[in-house]
Amino acid sequence: MSQQNTERPGKKSPAAVSTDITNTFQQPDTGKDFVAVNNINLEIASGEMVTLLGPSGCGKTTTLRMISGFEYPTSGNIMIGDRDVAKIPPNKRGISMVFQSYALFPHMNIWENIAYGLKVAHLPAKEVEERTNNVIELMQLKGMEYRFPNQLSGGQQQRVALARAVVIEPSVLLFDEPLSNLDAKLRESMRDELRALQKRLGITSLYVTHDQSEAMAISDRVVIMKDGNILQHGSPQEIYEQPANRFVANFIGKANFTEGVFKGMKGEAALVDIKGTVLEIPCPGKMEGVTEGGSCCLSVRPESIELSDKSGQFMGKVVRVTYYGAKVEYEIVYDDQPYIVEIYNPQISQRFNEGEYVWMTFVDKCVRVLL
Amino acid sequence: MAKTVGAGGKSSARTKKMNETKMIMRQPILLVAVIVVIATLLLFVAYPLIKILLFGLTTEEGTLSLQTLKEILTSHRYLSTFGRTLLLGLIVAVISTFIGYIFAYTITRTNAPCKGFLKMIATLPILSPPFILSLSIIFLFGKQGLITKSLLGITSNNVYGMPSLIVVQVMSFFPIAYLTLSGILESIDASVEDAACNMGASRWHTFWTVTFPLSLPGIISGCLLVFIQSLEDFSNPATIGGNFTTLSVEVYQVITGSYDMRKGSVLAILLLVPAMAAFLLNKYWVNKKSFVTVTGKPTQARKPINEPHIKYPLFIFCILIAAVVILFYGTVIFGSFVTTWGYNYTPTLMQYQKALAYGWSSMKNSMILALISAVLGGLLGMIIAYLTAKRNYYGKGFIEITSVLMFAVPGTVLGIAYVLAVNTKPIILTGTAAILVIVFTFRNMPVAIESGTTTLLQIDNSIEEASTILGANSGRSFRKITLPMLRNAFFSGLVYSFVKAITAVSAVIFLVSPRWNLVTSKIYTLFDQAKYSQAAAFVTMMVGILLVFIGIFNTLINILLAPRSKKRKPTK
Repeated sequence: MSQQNTERPGKKSPAAVSTDITNTFQQPDTGKDFVAVNNINLEIASGEMVTLLGPSGCGKTTTLRMISGFEYPTSGNIMIGDRDVAKIPPNKRGISMVFQSYALFPHMNIWENIAYGLKVAHLPAKEVEERTNNVIELMQLKGMEYRFPNQLSGGQQQRVALARAVVIEPSVLLFDEPLSNLDAKLRESMRDELRALQKRLGITSLYVTHDQSEAMAISDRVVIMKDGNILQHGSPQEIYEQPANRFVANFIGKANFTEGVFKGMKGEAALVDIKGTVLEIPCPGKMEGVTEGGSCCLSVRPESIELSDKSGQFMGKVVRVTYYGAKVEYEIVYDDQPYIVEIYNPQISQRFNEGEYVWMTFVDKCVRVLL
Repeated sequence: MAKTVGAGGKSSARTKKMNETKMIMRQPILLVAVIVVIATLLLFVAYPLIKILLFGLTTEEGTLSLQTLKEILTSHRYLSTFGRTLLLGLIVAVISTFIGYIFAYTITRTNAPCKGFLKMIATLPILSPPFILSLSIIFLFGKQGLITKSLLGITSNNVYGMPSLIVVQVMSFFPIAYLTLSGILESIDASVEDAACNMGASRWHTFWTVTFPLSLPGIISGCLLVFIQSLEDFSNPATIGGNFTTLSVEVYQVITGSYDMRKGSVLAILLLVPAMAAFLLNKYWVNKKSFVTVTGKPTQARKPINEPHIKYPLFIFCILIAAVVILFYGTVIFGSFVTTWGYNYTPTLMQYQKALAYGWSSMKNSMILALISAVLGGLLGMIIAYLTAKRNYYGKGFIEITSVLMFAVPGTVLGIAYVLAVNTKPIILTGTAAILVIVFTFRNMPVAIESGTTTLLQIDNSIEEASTILGANSGRSFRKITLPMLRNAFFSGLVYSFVKAITAVSAVIFLVSPRWNLVTSKIYTLFDQAKYSQAAAFVTMMVGILLVFIGIFNTLINILLAPRSKKRKPTK
């Protein structure tokens, strides 16, 4: 078929992707324009795995669907390699996708499902067979070739969906929340399997999820989206340790915020006035938008607060204690504001009860100053 | 999950529609399909219906006139016929729905014995040929009736009239109510009833406060569907109605007796109005009122009612109805092996010999034409379902409405409409097999469309998207992915069309010709000649043929739809 001459599935180097896209919808109720995706500049290097992470309605799925071609951008380009595919239909983009629902063809057996893309490309029968069998072996699906999708477990279906997507050796592989239909344990093992495969094959990948731990575990880089905009992108470590704003800090992991006033720098350290007490923050982070004399806040992770019954920075009352096994989570109210504190290894650490008063101390190296 | 916003909303919907229309214009196969379907529907659905409306409202010279309409609306005779028809429909609808509800409740809610048997009894009459129940009521209660004459010694009993008609129609149509209601009762979430029970309500209280209100849309829907069936029924009132003429019989008499096509058309329109009203009411109002929500979550299995004081009265009621059904069907089969009903009950095959000699060719015609139309209707139905289920473009609304319209048009009206439409230039098809095939195809196609649409709506969009992103174009995706998944719907549409085509009476009674006669019209002639035993033989053969064909279809489906687990093993 002629449409295949543009991007014929075959051995090819993974392509880099770059986009600069906007997608505007008309709002259903008011008829006003609604920007689902606003000028998203996304760069994915060749062989890299990037995750789009964000709450419902943040535009991550729309972005993915525009790259896959099921949605067209209102304006902008989508470069795959050096080809602009913004106006090219999905079946000619030479990419593939793993769907949330797997979307296995229910009337075809596993072998036929996996071979489908190769047959569509009119590859010689011998090559179809060889490549299909290789992928079946790779994905540990041997012996299930002649079963039908409904005869497989969720994890196996997931493997078939992955096999079907990688067998055509796409230049880009897209994942649309592929693990959300699996139970927690299986999700973790599939996640590691998927990452290992992606690294081994070196396929440029874009992964969409709303599960932050999944995003951290699987990607080279994470892109945080909200309301159609990119809030921050960077490696999982960067995102967790250097959040750009409160939303990111609270979306990736948990964070406690304490309002204060920024008093200026003292060398590397920032001085922040909290209700008359001036704290010295040695690694304040990016401090985007924070101005001297203006308000700011301290962001502290729950695991970066130490508790003591003798001394500390702030004294609060324990209102909730939740035992998780690996950690104990305390909710402590100080100055009418709840703080979440996590103490690991409860068997050897000091424990507190509801109603008790405790001293909290921020581990100052882990405190960030945000607007 | 980021939703693909933009669905809904007037202006965005319009833009979307515009875009999809443009997209279809760019795909030659789709475009041709849409155009061909619209043209076919215009020609064979819209044109005949417009023709009958116009014909009824014009004079010989072709000028618009309400003269005939006025004549009929002021005639006491026709008005009382109209009233009688509606009254009959109403009574039959209420009784049928009542029986249907009890069957549905017993089967879905209790663990009464022999539920499989009850289910069979409650669906059997749908597949049965016409005339069969009229025949047996004559056999049982007529002048030579087994019960009236032989058992009770009454010879003056007049079986023809309203009471017989009610009995026969209720037995024919209560399965329709049963199917609708069992679907509704089945889909009420068991936990809702459990919740009522949990809060201390008795079974009786639970039924009246939860189950009954939730099934109310089903009850109304069942009533309306039975009402439509009763209105358009021709074979029963024509054979045992006696002086109780209904509209469809009146139309037939006016046209075949006094050759007044115009008056017939107006009467037909009179019949069309309530039928159409009931159909639209059901489609657009009742179906929207339905409370039943499909959560998609697997719900708790229902715990069947086991209390004897509830289940046995229900069971006994159902068994009594079942006994009557069996008595009626058995009587006809028995009657077909009898020398002379009422006088000489010696077993004989004579009736079959006579029937075969008299009507084998019409039997053959019926089978061939029904088969052709079933295949055509099935295919066209799948195409229309594909064109309408998930797309939105200019012209789609027309396809959607016209393609199911014929379902609501009473057979008699349809027959006259086609006679009028194909009798004049440019298309003259009167007396051909083609016209019969066309009638069957378009009349029975809606069921195929319905099941095709339901199937397509259940298929996750991403399955087709998966095919697209793997490189397939829309034609290939349709052939390789969508079409195979429609096989089930196609076959169920096929079976339905076949059964309906072979048992059709009113729609074809004006369209048959000496060359292309059909078995149903032959049987009707036998009634006129009072050759009831021969008719019984015919009807029994039809039952046999239907069972054989359904058996063949089922085997075919099983073979074709079985997972082909061994295709070709890849060579090592």
